[in-house]
Amino acid sequence: MSERELNILVGGEAGQGLATIGPLLAKCLVRSGYQVVVTQSYESRIRGGHNTFAVRAGVEEVAAPREAVDVLVALNEETATLHRGELTPRGVVVAEEAFAAGGENVVAVPYKELAAGRYRNVASLGVVTCLLGLPEDLVRQVVEGYFGKKGKAVEENRAALAAAYAWTKDLDPSLARPLAPVTDPPRRLTLNGNQAIALGAVSAGAKFCAFYPMTPSTSVPLTLIAHAEELGLVVEQAEDEIAAINMALGASYAGAPALVATSGGGFALMVEGVSLAGMTETPLVVVVAQRPGPATGLPTRTEQADLEFVLRAGHGEFPRALYAPGTVEECFHLTRRAFETTQRYQTPAFVLTDQFLADSFRAVEPFDAEGLEAVGAFAEPEAVAEPYERFAVTADGVSPRLLPGFSRHLVVADSDEHTEDGHLTEDLTARTRQVEKRRRKEEGLRREVIPPTYEGEPRPEILFVSWGSSRGAVAEAAAELASAGTATATLHFAQVWPLVPEQFLGHLEGAQRVIAVEGNASGQFARLLRAEAGVDVASRVSRYDGLPLTPEYVLRALES
Amino acid sequence: MVQAEDYGRYETAWCPGCGNFALLEAVKEGLARADLAPHQVLFVSGIGQAAKAPHYLNANVFNGLHGRSLPAATGARLANAELKILVQSGDGCNYGEGGNHLLAAIRRNVDVTMLVHNNLVYGLTKGQASPTSESGFATKAQPHGPTAEPFNPLAAAVAMGASFVARGFVGEGEHLAELIKQAVGWRGFSLVDILQPCVSFNKLNTHAWFKKRCYKLSEDYDPTVREAALEKAYEWGDRIPLGVIYRREREAFENKFPATAAGPLGVQPVDSEAFARILEKYY
Ligand SMILES: Cc1ncc(C[n+]2csc(CCOP(=O)(O)OP(=O)(O)O)c2C)c(N)n1
Ligand code: SF4
Repeated sequence: MSERELNILVGGEAGQGLATIGPLLAKCLVRSGYQVVVTQSYESRIRGGHNTFAVRAGVEEVAAPREAVDVLVALNEETATLHRGELTPRGVVVAEEAFAAGGENVVAVPYKELAAGRYRNVASLGVVTCLLGLPEDLVRQVVEGYFGKKGKAVEENRAALAAAYAWTKDLDPSLARPLAPVTDPPRRLTLNGNQAIALGAVSAGAKFCAFYPMTPSTSVPLTLIAHAEELGLVVEQAEDEIAAINMALGASYAGAPALVATSGGGFALMVEGVSLAGMTETPLVVVVAQRPGPATGLPTRTEQADLEFVLRAGHGEFPRALYAPGTVEECFHLTRRAFETTQRYQTPAFVLTDQFLADSFRAVEPFDAEGLEAVGAFAEPEAVAEPYERFAVTADGVSPRLLPGFSRHLVVADSDEHTEDGHLTEDLTARTRQVEKRRRKEEGLRREVIPPTYEGEPRPEILFVSWGSSRGAVAEAAAELASAGTATATLHFAQVWPLVPEQFLGHLEGAQRVIAVEGNASGQFARLLRAEAGVDVASRVSRYDGLPLTPEYVLRALES
Repeated sequence: MVQAEDYGRYETAWCPGCGNFALLEAVKEGLARADLAPHQVLFVSGIGQAAKAPHYLNANVFNGLHGRSLPAATGARLANAELKILVQSGDGCNYGEGGNHLLAAIRRNVDVTMLVHNNLVYGLTKGQASPTSESGFATKAQPHGPTAEPFNPLAAAVAMGASFVARGFVGEGEHLAELIKQAVGWRGFSLVDILQPCVSFNKLNTHAWFKKRCYKLSEDYDPTVREAALEKAYEWGDRIPLGVIYRREREAFENKFPATAAGPLGVQPVDSEAFARILEKYY
């Protein structure tokens, strides 16, 4: 008997190899043709503690994490104890002999016989992939792709894998949980959300990033750094987040499409810079990877509680756009979109993600590298009126942008209110004209808003409203309700600002009951809907314990 | 040849008699002597009376936030290493609000010239103590004088191994113009601390006070010896040295980024072949 879907949970202490086994397992599954959703849950420490890496894998599409575990891989005893209760009735435990308590469905692995200490990671990977029915050749290729094909370690890893497969194949077949094979697996990438954000940025022509490390945003700049030389990028670790955003603005003013990536506390330090971007009309993409606050909060967990903060960040009034990807593909495409928006409208654009999505590996169709043009939108020095005025008042509020040093035209930008030529002024008529000019950009931004996605029955009993990374959990919860006979629909927002009520009011009014599902305690998006569209969303499902929303969580909340 | 006049003449918001006027003329003169045309030059500044100076110059300007001119200048330099970048700052802006960025800029050795209009007071906010205000300098905010000891920017810069450290005085315009010329010609980070009397709020360190104390370093002073430079940097009180205090050859920051070698980042295309190769790595 083979499975169409399995949820595999690997757990252990930090430093036990989870960070290696997890991504390798995900990659083996993706290469074998399965869809995956990875959920990483870890503590804010480098050694010890209790961390998990869950891979939900399916022959068909999987969109969200699930709570019930089919295969529990315990790298330490604590994992076995903590997660045994999450096993399905047929769930299997894979653990080292020494602490694998007896009973049915327990695979007690004699790791000491299979491999020497540091190669045990690969042995445990091999035991799991063998139980899942993945071919040994494929797993070996993935392992060699990671550790390299040369040196002593290669032989040792190969031997560990072979020993693991030989040992596992001899087990009672009732312990195996083979996934139904996918013939001709499509060529898909294994990417997490932050990697996709970095790739989306460079595909749009990003050339500059400054950052100060902060979980869960750091893997965005780290991904950029890994490809910096090949792609001609400049990435600099700044002395603090204030420096990071001001560096990015200096670079962008001088022509380099730029981004910064940070999380709540770091973003708080950047806020004055966000306002500077608005005033100097300097393009900038700001990636905010949310984690639970206030203050340092739960540094390595997830939440969707910085929506209002990011939306309002920056003193004074200026337009902005906020994108909230719901999948890893969207991380790529919406980051590209954010670059298009910020270059075209010369005002900051935000990508709001969170720890769950940042760390969630998925199977992703390769992006088409052909059609990817840089999104730079500079004016031609010959084409501008003389004398050049950086902040010329125009009908759509967007002034022709020249780069300093490329021609005799001088480019003057000021954080003070300024005249059209960019010099500081206290002329209040000039002030009024610049306020109105900046505001007019909002009209263009609104015309280009990505409408929310509506799926399901036209006049449902239940309509779920969601935004950002909770997309998959809500879609699956809705599908379960629908298959149980309730007329259900979902309304998902991938762009959360500006909001254009005409795009979705009809959907909200057509439903008997509207439920907003969000990863925060106070219902920030529901509040925004009331403010912007005048609709009261009476029911809410909120999660704020630091873990991602799951379909089970949503359905449980409806019952209670 | 570029002329000082090419940098224009504008009406200013400064008080009559302020030391900033002479400073501005020295900047124009120094740039003209370095043969830099206005469109080749970018001034980056923060907020303060000093930070307004770029508005009174015909050049490219990025006038950003109080204390944040150095990071903005660093970003601009990385994006386009063909621009000659000068930062104009008050003593509050980069010795106070942006202090961390000053330390970082020295460590990085960004190719930027920082001109500090050091009036030993906060001008724009009307006379509070600044990081360089002397002990006993009483203000409405510090009725008994500053509560902290004054910051010695030159000593800090020398101690950190900054690439080019100098002091000028607006009362020595010709000397100052030469210093600025040298600083912009220097490859790496150059700090020129410029003593600039504030006639409105600093009645202690007046023009006469400086005039009496300032002297020019002699021809045979060797600015490449760090210990001697540190000693000069600490000289303050009865005698205040002017000139290049310290100089040290260092690799320029932007050389550490291979991407900057291809020219300004803003006009580099997306390398779609490289992008496709990179995607393969995630297969
Ligand atoms: C974040 C921030 N804090 C405070 C201020 C107010 N402020 C403007 S200029 C200034 C100090 C100016 O002193 P200095 O840098 O020495 O320049 P000066 O005016 O003396 O030339 C202050 C505190 C500001 N603009 N921004
Ligand atoms: S306040 Fe002082 S520094 Fe500012 S313009 Fe007036 S005199 Fe000059």
